[in-house]
Amino acid sequence: MSRFFAPVIAIVAGLLVLVGYFFPTNSLAALRMIIVQWAVILAGAAIFVGVLNLLSVHVKKIGNKEKGRGYSLLLIISLLITFVLGMVLGPNNPIMTNIFNAIILPVETSLMAVMAVTLIYAGIRLLRHRNDLMAIIFLLTALVVMLGSAPLPFYEIPLVGSYIRPKIISIFASSGARGILLGVALGTLLTGLRILIGADRPYGGK
Amino acid sequence: MSLPTIAGFILVAFSAILLIGLSLLKDKVKASFRNIPAFAKFNKALGTAVENGTRIHFSLGSASVASSRTAASFSTISVLRRIVELSAASDKPPLATSGDAALTILSQDSFRTAYRIAGAEQQYNATSGRLAGVTPFSYAAGTLPAIHDEDISANVLAGSFGVEVGLLSDAAERTQSFTLAAADSLPAQAVLYVSAQEPLIGEELFASGAYLNAGRVHHVSLYAQDVLRWLIVIALIIGAVMKLLEGML
Repeated sequence: MSRFFAPVIAIVAGLLVLVGYFFPTNSLAALRMIIVQWAVILAGAAIFVGVLNLLSVHVKKIGNKEKGRGYSLLLIISLLITFVLGMVLGPNNPIMTNIFNAIILPVETSLMAVMAVTLIYAGIRLLRHRNDLMAIIFLLTALVVMLGSAPLPFYEIPLVGSYIRPKIISIFASSGARGILLGVALGTLLTGLRILIGADRPYGGK
Repeated sequence: MSLPTIAGFILVAFSAILLIGLSLLKDKVKASFRNIPAFAKFNKALGTAVENGTRIHFSLGSASVASSRTAASFSTISVLRRIVELSAASDKPPLATSGDAALTILSQDSFRTAYRIAGAEQQYNATSGRLAGVTPFSYAAGTLPAIHDEDISANVLAGSFGVEVGLLSDAAERTQSFTLAAADSLPAQAVLYVSAQEPLIGEELFASGAYLNAGRVHHVSLYAQDVLRWLIVIALIIGAVMKLLEGML
């Protein structure tokens, strides 16, 4: 039964939101807002299910004595402590803010720093992977743009920062980016339409 | 209604008519697509994974289903379902990680549907679709152990990513597993071009369903996408010529 109702509900809700966007009459706009608010509430409830999924994955990992189970235990303990503190103190309490500012933020920032090193290494490795003209152009362009942007210690290379880099960014990079984004936008549009007409159902059923 | 809204409505309506019209024509539409070696290599990696009893990892990205960037992940979910159907007989099922809880639930649903279609419902395991983290970098951090420790031989990193996808493609490179990677954002595409074994650029991300035979509608959709792209190219050229003539007159 759900295999019949799920697509019907999804298609009707999707069409109402789309029509409400293009023809924002009072009743359609209100209906659109209600459906979007329901979606937000459902997404909130989904986070709870997601956290349970995360817990079950790591409990299973500990139970099966898999590699990295120590980290899984640490994750579960941290999750439970944060959850209990959040429930008791509320999300705006200074302790909760400190947990975010002193633990989560620095860890994510350090991952960003690792990312920078990873990219330099990947750049060096690129020519080994893909020894073609496009890879060489990619690396040379990246080098010129970096030389044009970075504050150099002694003197600036003539023309690179003042002429070549702005030309690369305003002509080649922006026109290429627009082309790529147009392609992505068309892909997004058709994926949305496939789902809207029920031809593609990421919510189950076939 | 403002002019951009009218233009948007015309584009959406025309695309819908084109998609439905081409779908109704069924086999009369013989679309032939250019060769993208990454998909042929992925098919080979899929065969190897089934033979060797290793896993295929799908990374769906971290866009919320309530955001406009989730289309990329939805496109990959269709491929995931197809691959699960094909590899239902494998010892180790594919693994899907995502950075959004609703996307995790959808991936689990796709696993269940695929196993039902393949007649192997007993194979379904809820932990095959996982929430790895709820922010982009926590998602990357949560996915890294899966790439390293779960016997993965091929990775499909396709969805909505930021630059954090570089950490995933680097981890895949270190484990010497095959990586097919695509993202919807420009910074992520630049990172993947440098770090991934087989990067897909731009709209190629949305072509994966057609190239991996996820269903006829994906072929039709890609065909419609090509038609629309040519129309936009023609419109851009006409616009440029008109602008040029306006400057000359």
